[in-house]
Amino acid sequence: MAAEERLTIHEAGRKLAQREISSVELTRAQLERIDRLEERIKSFITLTPELALRQAEQADQRIAAGEAGPLTGIPMQMKDVISTKGVTTTCASRMLEDYVPVYNATVAERLLSQGAVLLGKGNMDEYAMGSSCENSAFFPTRNPWDLERVPGGSSGGGAAAVSAGEAVYALGSDTGGSVRQPASLCGVVGMKPTYGMVSRYGLVAYASSLDQIGPITQDVTDCALVLNAIVGHDPKDSTSLRQPAADYAAGLEEYTSPFPLAGTFSSSPLAKGGLQGGPVRLGVPEEYFVEGMQDGVRESVQAAIETLESLGASVEPVSLPTTRYALACYYIIAPSECSANLARYDGVKYGFSYQDTQNMWEALERTRAGGFGPEVKRRVILGAYALSAGYYDAYYLKAQQARTLIRRDFDRVFEQVDALVTPTSPVVAFRLGEKINDPVEMYLIDVCTVPANIAGLPGISVPCGFSQGLPVGMQVIGPHLSEQRLLNIAYAYEQATQWHLERPKI
Amino acid sequence: MPLERAQVEQIALLARISLTPEEVELFQDQLSQLLEQFQVLSELDTTDVPPTGHAVDLQAVMREDEDEASLAPEDVLRNAPRQEGEFFRVKAVLEE
Repeated sequence: MAAEERLTIHEAGRKLAQREISSVELTRAQLERIDRLEERIKSFITLTPELALRQAEQADQRIAAGEAGPLTGIPMQMKDVISTKGVTTTCASRMLEDYVPVYNATVAERLLSQGAVLLGKGNMDEYAMGSSCENSAFFPTRNPWDLERVPGGSSGGGAAAVSAGEAVYALGSDTGGSVRQPASLCGVVGMKPTYGMVSRYGLVAYASSLDQIGPITQDVTDCALVLNAIVGHDPKDSTSLRQPAADYAAGLEEYTSPFPLAGTFSSSPLAKGGLQGGPVRLGVPEEYFVEGMQDGVRESVQAAIETLESLGASVEPVSLPTTRYALACYYIIAPSECSANLARYDGVKYGFSYQDTQNMWEALERTRAGGFGPEVKRRVILGAYALSAGYYDAYYLKAQQARTLIRRDFDRVFEQVDALVTPTSPVVAFRLGEKINDPVEMYLIDVCTVPANIAGLPGISVPCGFSQGLPVGMQVIGPHLSEQRLLNIAYAYEQATQWHLERPKI
Repeated sequence: MPLERAQVEQIALLARISLTPEEVELFQDQLSQLLEQFQVLSELDTTDVPPTGHAVDLQAVMREDEDEASLAPEDVLRNAPRQEGEFFRVKAVLEE
């Protein structure tokens, strides 16, 4: 097959099943495309072409034996914060530049056991801290829609790779929007599942009460297929939920009616909770249309909401007054947890190690000074401050209480509506260098995505238009465990629009 | 309330990160701005509001205390910057 051809997971899966192509052919074409584009996009920290071709050969044997699953033989990229046995896992940090995990993350294990083909490891903001991918210690990734612009972050490598066709899909991680926001900025689909749905065993920890792994895909069907493969209880992650298995892809409603959202979802068990008969009720929280939001973003999302209405959904304004506290809450909790999590980098067990002294404390301080980049240092120090004696009550405890109020706000609204529709990012992709020296301005980008992490809610971003020639994303947020409902709403929208078919010209 | 230079140095010491004088100055400025932004939380009445640690209700998870296979010592040590035999080698911890 030609390197120019772009296939989704479900398209490639069909061709593989019908023997129109082999996984080796698909993987070779993918590697050729990476060869052609990677110098400009820079979405990979590590490429694993030989491993990929070996896995592709094995996948072809599985397919021949009739033992293939939906992801068997499909080439993908994994964010470099997810441990892969024998494949360097750097977290885009000098600290872990040479770190080779001796075990697989549970998600990696699940994908590989289902015959996934690993093309390599995706670029990101160092330790997943950032919203532009510019905090990578190695190099920034470029947005395929405009190479002068950022792909978003922190999973910028994954979103850029899927958008540019360097990978069929990617796995990212989302602590404050790190899957949804880059997906929005690159014009692809990104989902953060409910906290606890996907095992974090082997995901290098950033902020443990917020981190969640999620798919970055070309369309909603693919998102459901990847979700199927990665969710499920894992005894190795004590926060892992015990949920019965569900087939999210099979749960996607096949719409024959022109008003798919006019009746209640029928077929999927997870979609039923909270939904009453009659149209899907969508809430539009006014607080998410923040001051400083670009007009083009506002207009695209409003048009998308009208489309949802035309599909039969009922739309009503709702209010989440605590939204204005979410950013402060997030930027206290996440750095606090990160300062504790990153205490493990002591230059003894793994990672960069400063040796040129006999003094233990000096070695420790210089190891961390040399291994961490500026944003990581900033957050570790901010977190250490928020947790320190005398300030704990004013910052950390206050933020944890604010978290309760934010969660209650969502609980109240979800008695009124089935899901919320908002912009994913207040701005389209910005230029490299535009915000990197101003953390306050950079942090504002996360305003629409952090609330879902704070409350542990699932959220999905789907392409909903263009502004200044750059993709705009719509976010759908639902109550805990409403993944199927969100996928169905996103799918109904996607089937009625063409945005997900747009590709950057590169 | 902007941070004092000495405060930034003290927190950096607690976090065990040695900072250059330029970094201290930069962080003093940037962290002060962020703390200023955090003041918005003081608007919230949190009297009698319990803190939330996790957004999803979770019970403490325990398993039976049975022996299981764990990583082999050579795997555990594989990424160690310095090792000796089956041990991580560290700098002297006890001072004279």
